Amino acid sequence: MSGPSFLPLAFTVFTPLVGIILLALMRTLALAGWINLALAVVEFLASLVMAWGVMEQGTLLAHGFQIDSFNVYLVVLTTFVGLTTAIFSRPYMAEVCAQGRITRQRMQLYHSMFQGFQFTMLLALTTDNLGVLWVAVEGATLATVLLVSLYRTPESVEAAWKYFILCGVGIALALFGTVLVYFAAQQVLADPENGLTWSVLYAHARELHPTVMAIAIVFLLVGYGTKVGLVPMHFWLPDAHSEGPTPVSAVLSGLLLNVALYAVVRFKMLADGALAASTMPQVAGHLMMGFGLVSFLVAVLSLQRQRDIKRMFSYSSIEHMGLMTFAFGMGGPLATFAALLHMLVHSLTKSAIFITVGHASHIAGTQSIERIRGLIRTQPSVGWGLLLGVAAIAGFPPFGIFTSEFLVLSATMQSWPWLTMLLLTGLVTAFAGLFRNIHPMVYGAVPEGQVAVRANMLPIMVHMALVLWLGLAIPGFLSGWLNEVTLLISGKGML
Amino acid sequence: MNLTQLPLLEQAVFVIAALALMASFALLAQTRLTASIHSFAWQGASVALVTALVASINGIHHLYLSALLTLALKSLVIPWMLHRLVRRLEMEQQVESITHPALVVLTGAALVIFAYWVALPIERLEMAGTRNIIAVSLSIVLLGLWMMIARHQVVAQVLGFMSMENGLFLAAVASTRGMPLVVELGVAFDVLVAAVLFGVFFFHIHESIESLDVDRLNRLTEQEQQP
Amino acid sequence: MSPAGWGLALVQTLLFLLGAPLLAGWVKRVKSRLQNRRGPSLLQPYQDLGKLFAKEALMAHSASPLFRAAPYIVFGSTLVAVSIIPLLAVSLPTAAVADVIVLVGFLALARFFLALAGMDVGTAFGGMGASREMLVSALAEPAMLMAVFTLAMSAQSTNLSSVVQFNLDAGLALRPSFMFALMGLVLVAIAETGRIPVDNPATHLELTMIHEAMILEYSGRHLALMEWAAQLKLMLYGVLISVVFLPWGIATRMTPSALALAFGVLILKLMVLWLVLAVTETGLAKMRLFRAPQYLNLAFLLTLLGLFSHVMLEAGT
Repeated sequence: MSGPSFLPLAFTVFTPLVGIILLALMRTLALAGWINLALAVVEFLASLVMAWGVMEQGTLLAHGFQIDSFNVYLVVLTTFVGLTTAIFSRPYMAEVCAQGRITRQRMQLYHSMFQGFQFTMLLALTTDNLGVLWVAVEGATLATVLLVSLYRTPESVEAAWKYFILCGVGIALALFGTVLVYFAAQQVLADPENGLTWSVLYAHARELHPTVMAIAIVFLLVGYGTKVGLVPMHFWLPDAHSEGPTPVSAVLSGLLLNVALYAVVRFKMLADGALAASTMPQVAGHLMMGFGLVSFLVAVLSLQRQRDIKRMFSYSSIEHMGLMTFAFGMGGPLATFAALLHMLVHSLTKSAIFITVGHASHIAGTQSIERIRGLIRTQPSVGWGLLLGVAAIAGFPPFGIFTSEFLVLSATMQSWPWLTMLLLTGLVTAFAGLFRNIHPMVYGAVPEGQVAVRANMLPIMVHMALVLWLGLAIPGFLSGWLNEVTLLISGKGML
Repeated sequence: MNLTQLPLLEQAVFVIAALALMASFALLAQTRLTASIHSFAWQGASVALVTALVASINGIHHLYLSALLTLALKSLVIPWMLHRLVRRLEMEQQVESITHPALVVLTGAALVIFAYWVALPIERLEMAGTRNIIAVSLSIVLLGLWMMIARHQVVAQVLGFMSMENGLFLAAVASTRGMPLVVELGVAFDVLVAAVLFGVFFFHIHESIESLDVDRLNRLTEQEQQP
Repeated sequence: MSPAGWGLALVQTLLFLLGAPLLAGWVKRVKSRLQNRRGPSLLQPYQDLGKLFAKEALMAHSASPLFRAAPYIVFGSTLVAVSIIPLLAVSLPTAAVADVIVLVGFLALARFFLALAGMDVGTAFGGMGASREMLVSALAEPAMLMAVFTLAMSAQSTNLSSVVQFNLDAGLALRPSFMFALMGLVLVAIAETGRIPVDNPATHLELTMIHEAMILEYSGRHLALMEWAAQLKLMLYGVLISVVFLPWGIATRMTPSALALAFGVLILKLMVLWLVLAVTETGLAKMRLFRAPQYLNLAFLLTLLGLFSHVMLEAGT
């Protein structure tokens, strides 16, 4: 076929699979850390080659995989954040192991499951088969469940159990939605075996039965929405993101939420096509807007009461995912472009923040907000990192999140003006809540005996630099890419 | 379409689907752990039997493989694993106390009616003959969900989760003649891994809180915690 | 309304009257054999009834006229109930009143007077038996009615003959609703007729009695009528189950050959059913009374599932 080559894609997706087996058997811990890093580098480079191929030659459709403009940048983002997290995790986890908080065997499990997690996420992003998408998302849950409870404290076991049960239930509902979509597809397709292939379904979306698709999209939204962290299915998120090791929190917040949202949007594209001619053409979008707005508001309010720094940032993740869901639900080129950009910058910023928070709690010896103080005096790089990270996530210009939030607000003002006030109030409240807590943490009086730790700030600096760059001037190829995706999802390009 | 006009095998499909629903209720109300595991095994066997019947009615050969897989996994392997766990944790004689068993069962009945109502628009479409089983399978899914909420023993919650998967599989088989083999293998693999992980978790929970009662998992709250 | 039809209806009632003690004897015989005893002869219940009729009926001086009247009312309503069940043929003149709700009503009437009679003399055991009986029947009624409704929804009528005719016409059809209704009805039948595991009919320990406690004060012909009514009720349930759920063999025409065939098939069905009853009675133990509600909830659940199966799976749009 005349599309791009399959080889880089194969490397991107199947390298982590090799990594799972390799790292499960690797006994030398130091070597395992470097191998993890090496695999991450290979994945990142392969994804770059693949992205370049797709950019030059169009959509890649081969062997049950599909790379179009939507998932290509998500794949690159995933491998990139995986790489920076692997860079950070190598010395960090070695230190954790040396402190005796975790045994050697569990380190093997950690490295193996890290690659396992990457594999399932990349598989979910690149597959063309909706059933395989489900299997991969469930697989990602399973891979991270053990990682969340890695420290084996009662709190982490409880968090992991909650995560397992709530996400398992959600995913089961999503499977029911997938079965309903397959059912609808079988009635209209010439070859029923293709009923789960997204590209084929998208081409025939208008023929799918509207009632069945409407019921299916409700199940899918509730199901995959549980993994996105939409309220009221979000109760697992603060626990799971705060109890696991720092690198795990970083990838969970930064990447897995994106993958789940990607799944929701793929299904929304099908539902929009199917329902376009029915009596309620906007039901998928309106549902997403409703869930997104409620999640945004609840997260913003819950943020204020938090006493644990990681939980606070987890609620910030829920807030931003709610905002993205809201924007995707609104539809239209402006909102969709904004949501896509937001997926990108939020991922980068949040993972950077979690890494910084990991260092901060390491310095202070606790995760409690009340007891972390004076970071900027003890270790200026960590203090500045935290301050800038929070500024970025709260939507300060010139960071990228300001751009995407501004675009979302503009889109809201165009189509739903009275919701703009709600969004603005929420954003300001979140901003206040975050800064109220961060200020004493960074500038407060230094407690006795607090010393600097060996901190690898490189990943954080790279992420923040990227976010700053995206805020100041989005490069041409990226905006072109995002425009193509906007065209694909909403039917009209923005630029 | 009248029941008596359908061929005997299709009638048998209905009967066995109804038996799977009965197994769901049995799981819901059964307080003895070993009896619950047996009910789950019977439910898995009936789902496998439905799969085999659908395969023979429609001549779809890969469904026989799925039926065998379901039987092996849901009827034999997973109940065996749970039995082993129960023995190792010495919980065989434990009887869980449900506060209002009649109320739990009646809510289950209400959920069945709700599932039927949700599936009505699909049923009204003049589509496949076994379309009504979507209502039964959605009931099994919702009953599994209700079981996870109403019971506070960890093994009971896991059984509820697994019976949700049974219901989903039944939905896939009866309404869409089974999903593509790749997907079914993936789903089966996921279920197996989930079962293994559940087993691992039982030990962790038992170690950390010395019991398998989920009500005791309550450290992570947002109330004022003592520093 | 031919005289042959009415004659046949009368013959059916007589068959019930005469057959009930025989079946009770058959159950006792099989149970004894299962317990490695020789057991009483098959005609022993007739001899018992005859003996009781010959004896004097003694009554406590605190007994009211209700106590004297109750055996006749109980026996009478049970007899009327059995006379409307299609035993041998479907198209009888009594078929017009053979409504299942009427049947349930007659049985309820009998039970009501039985309970009153138990409380009438003022003994502790009588009152205890009456309250227990009411507990069991209050929980069994919904299950029975649910099973009845399931059958009625399929056959579009509550008339017994119509239901049997519907089942005959449908041929061999695997209906989940009927299967569940059968299971539920069997459980209800065991509870209503006071067999193990709900109540032990052969017990002599008053604190374990339900039915026997209510008739403890009766003697002579009154006791004979009460015992006979209990045997009739057992046969009623057995015939109901075998005729409604396994209707093949019943006579649809009034020819002698069809009737003879119906008679033979009926005897066979009842013998097998009673055999199953005897085996379960021997194998199970009587439940403690506070577990009876659980047992009846199970029966209700089964019949409810039958109704659900009918609505969800069988009723096409």
